[in-house]
Amino acid sequence: MQILAELEFPPVSHIVNWPELVGGDTIGVNKVVLVYLFAVVLTALVFILGSKGELVPRGMQNVAESAVDFVQDGIIMQTMGKEGLSWTPFMLSLFFFIFFTNIFEIIPVIQMPASARIALPMFLALLTWLLYNGAGIRSQGLFGYLKSSLFPPGVPIPLYILVTPIEFVSNFIVRPFSLMVRLFANLLAGHILLVTFAVLTSALWVKAWYAVFFPLPLFAVIFFTLFEILVSFLQAYVFTLLAGVYIGGAMHPDH
Amino acid sequence: MSTLVLAQQAAEGITNTGLAALTYGLGAIGPGIGIGYLVGQSVQAMARQPEAAGMVRTTMFLGIAFVEALALIGFVVFFLGQG
Repeated sequence: MQILAELEFPPVSHIVNWPELVGGDTIGVNKVVLVYLFAVVLTALVFILGSKGELVPRGMQNVAESAVDFVQDGIIMQTMGKEGLSWTPFMLSLFFFIFFTNIFEIIPVIQMPASARIALPMFLALLTWLLYNGAGIRSQGLFGYLKSSLFPPGVPIPLYILVTPIEFVSNFIVRPFSLMVRLFANLLAGHILLVTFAVLTSALWVKAWYAVFFPLPLFAVIFFTLFEILVSFLQAYVFTLLAGVYIGGAMHPDH
Repeated sequence: MSTLVLAQQAAEGITNTGLAALTYGLGAIGPGIGIGYLVGQSVQAMARQPEAAGMVRTTMFLGIAFVEALALIGFVVFFLGQG
């Protein structure tokens, strides 16, 4: 097939790199930074417009109230229990911020998920790491927290030689790493998928017999765009859910 | 032309990118089976006990997140291995 030989897929570094609009290499503003700022503004708007406190909610207050219900019933009560309700503002802003940075993947013209650059997932994972360790230390004390997370009860004493290093690696190293990679790789994969089919679609817009295949990648682009809406929501949900599980686990150790 | 040279030429035909892609394909098998089994069992649980569907769903997403991480690490390694 001649067309496959002529196709030039952009390398991965090209499809997530953007030139700086303002400033230099180290400190500059490019499209990704603009997406961060947009997401912060939108998250703040949800909080401001949602907190009017009218008895009959209208407009944004409706969205905000159902989001609070969703985060409280679907995430916090399931993972942290009643004591976790004071974490609602954090979990809510985490959920909305991740969702807004993800959803820019499919907004026309912008079409760049800010989470596909490792900086944002890494920062969020480190923040969650600090918070769940902080929550554990606050509720059990430093010594008690280390004891409950490194020496799980109900294990024969000689086995602690094996169990303690495993628990250390899984609690303090693998957790933030997997949080980071999950968000980052999901969004990068989605972005590459959309780019691939968009490149194929534009390559088939020619006067040649193989132009009959044109509808296939076009439908794929449409389908995967819809699919990415689901992925953006699901990744925000999963990140918040896991943050809740880790914070809840640090506050209430296994007995 | 000796067989040694032929083998060398054949080996040069396999690029790093091809190997990385093959390895990611292998790495996707396990999580694929895992997620399929997990969701299948969850659907069965929800069908048998619809009143517990909410709890099952949360746990299912948690499980999917953990299983999926393996495939995604493979996906990242694919890009690292291309170089």
